[in-house]
Amino acid sequence: MSAVTSQNELEILASRSHLDRLESEAITIIREVVSGCESPVLLFSGGKDSAVLLWLAIKAFAPARLPFPVMQVDTGHNFPEVIEYRDEFVRKYGLELIVASVQESIDRGDIPDPGPTGSRNRQQAVTLLTAIRTHKFDAAFGGGRRDEDKARAKERILSFRDKKGGWEPRMQRPEPWNILNPRIVKGEHLRAFPISNWTELDIWEYIAREEIPLPTIYFSHERTVIERDGMLLSVGGPVVPEDGEVPRKEIVRYRTVGDMSCTGAVRSTATSYEDVLAEVSTARITERGATRADDNFSESAMEDRKREGYF
Amino acid sequence: MSAVSTASNTQVRIATIGSVDDGKSTLIGRLLHDSKGIFEDQLSAVSKASRRYGDGTFNLALLTDGLRAEREQGITIDVAYRYFATPKRSFVLADTPGHAQFTRNMVTGASVSDIAIVLVDARHGVVEQTRRHVSIAALLGVSHLVLAVNKMDLVNWDETVFDTVVTDVAAIVSTLGSSVPIHPIPICATDGENVVDAGDKTPWYEGPSVLELLETLDITPAATIEARLAVQWTLREHGGSDYRGYAGRLEGGAIRVGDMVTVHPHGYSSTVAGLTRAGSPTDIAVPGDAIAIELADDLDVGKGNVIVVDGTHQPVDATGLIADVCWFTDTELNVGDALVVRHASGEVSARVAAITHRLDLETLENTPTDRLILNDIGRVELALSSPLVVDEYTVNRAGGSAIAIDPVTNATIGALMIRSGC
Repeated sequence: MSAVTSQNELEILASRSHLDRLESEAITIIREVVSGCESPVLLFSGGKDSAVLLWLAIKAFAPARLPFPVMQVDTGHNFPEVIEYRDEFVRKYGLELIVASVQESIDRGDIPDPGPTGSRNRQQAVTLLTAIRTHKFDAAFGGGRRDEDKARAKERILSFRDKKGGWEPRMQRPEPWNILNPRIVKGEHLRAFPISNWTELDIWEYIAREEIPLPTIYFSHERTVIERDGMLLSVGGPVVPEDGEVPRKEIVRYRTVGDMSCTGAVRSTATSYEDVLAEVSTARITERGATRADDNFSESAMEDRKREGYF
Repeated sequence: MSAVSTASNTQVRIATIGSVDDGKSTLIGRLLHDSKGIFEDQLSAVSKASRRYGDGTFNLALLTDGLRAEREQGITIDVAYRYFATPKRSFVLADTPGHAQFTRNMVTGASVSDIAIVLVDARHGVVEQTRRHVSIAALLGVSHLVLAVNKMDLVNWDETVFDTVVTDVAAIVSTLGSSVPIHPIPICATDGENVVDAGDKTPWYEGPSVLELLETLDITPAATIEARLAVQWTLREHGGSDYRGYAGRLEGGAIRVGDMVTVHPHGYSSTVAGLTRAGSPTDIAVPGDAIAIELADDLDVGKGNVIVVDGTHQPVDATGLIADVCWFTDTELNVGDALVVRHASGEVSARVAAITHRLDLETLENTPTDRLILNDIGRVELALSSPLVVDEYTVNRAGGSAIAIDPVTNATIGALMIRSGC
């Protein structure tokens, strides 16, 4: 009777693009985690992946309100444009925002002070785990994607974390048919990755299709930078020129958004969604390889950080 | 609305399966490399790793074996997901482990795939692990099996060797009663013969390359049942509105505003008053869409209910299941064991009422047994503490699949394909 038989329905089915399939998959995962967990939270860095994740979460529950808060781990070295964007997004959609501060973790003595110019990227894991415990969250949504890194490529959609917050890649729960197992005992928690199967290009195509607002630093602008370890770092905050490093003005944009001390800019004149999309589709270097000093220390850098409780 | 016209590009999900060392990771490395799905920094990381772990020659398998233990042992332990696109389609590829001890990860990768690529080493032909993986893929119900007979260079591109493998795989599939189409291709993954482009070493083979097949195989599911939606969550608007949307993913067939529906397991009848897809109102939705349904009547509906368009194929409200289970854990399964069964329509306690047989992978015959051990595929009967709303797996994958969870450790210990409910 109502089985898919008519030409009209077949045409609708065929018109569903890869973005539609990814969108449906992500929304289904978000709803399933909310229904299976007591107290979820969405990690919102202000970067493009978490912007897409939050956009999908809003759609998953529309016209109802988002049934969980969003949380940012603030390293204290964030780009000011990103903080401004975060606050505007949260205000516009009436969301509840929690800020977990790395500086407070340092002040409490939970983590050693890396100094004013040291990277606070790895230390974020401690702040994140403390916040998860304090607020008694049992699941944290993240915008991690499997195409970002070879350790992420091995991660489940619902990733189990033990009482210390650690990830054990050999003990992951199988997810046949994407049936998620959200059962945990007190003290354990889950990380949920609804956009696991999206690539950087999918993200940009979706952002352009949906016209999702982003921080201005994703688009071309003039910035004073120095070149360090082959990366263009923005001068200011934690980045102080050392001997031989000459600050200069460049026309750049960011492909990823992270801690200012280790996130590099790329030379670019892309000022619109279309420009960025064109640039990304012809890129020959991965976004992390191009812009993240933190992942290039060793070939297992991400696996090691994830075992310690990183995103 | 749209700022950029994005080409409507079908997404296809693929799993590579087969025994260890048959060259799965190398084939994927080749597909990514030749379809320009690899970035320069990834290539340089692989060269570096090849020097460290290999004999120094560029090892494409290191592109997908991402965990340190995998690189050290030179094997694939867990599923790795890789992404590439051609102008025709975009692909999500699950590279699954070949070792028997990691079969659970192979099941995971293949369960959501449209196409399985079976790798067979031409020198060894069909071995036990090939038999196991082909059987699982056939039981899981992939739409197509691409049979890539690899390392053909090491058997001098001998057509009779190729034919033997094809005959053996076809025999496995037909013995299991599966009608999945098989697409055999002779290849050499290390040099790329018949992987992306047709080669010149197999004049006796006139078919497409692996990539050409992946770009053209028809993966549209043949829907033969009415639409159903397992409710995940109830959407309620704050402040005055009486909006109530039952959210979930649509399976089976299409649904329209105005359709008559029945809510299982209660049996309430109602009419679809409104639909949203990904948060926006729509008149019609098709299988795979993440939607929310408004009903014309004020009913007590929530997680655990399944909303089904009226028609001939209704699901069963079951307190008993007969299912084939892939057993994932070292602890054996015995009659009387307690399990948690998680299904789209809910999570319930279950007890093993009977174990009737296991599939013998040597003979492909059902052998009587009263227990299942790690990596067994066998038939069980389960008694449930409260009803699940189920379909037969062969009719509807989403409504016919479930996982078994250990109620003590919370580990996922089995994959269930439901054959019938009562």
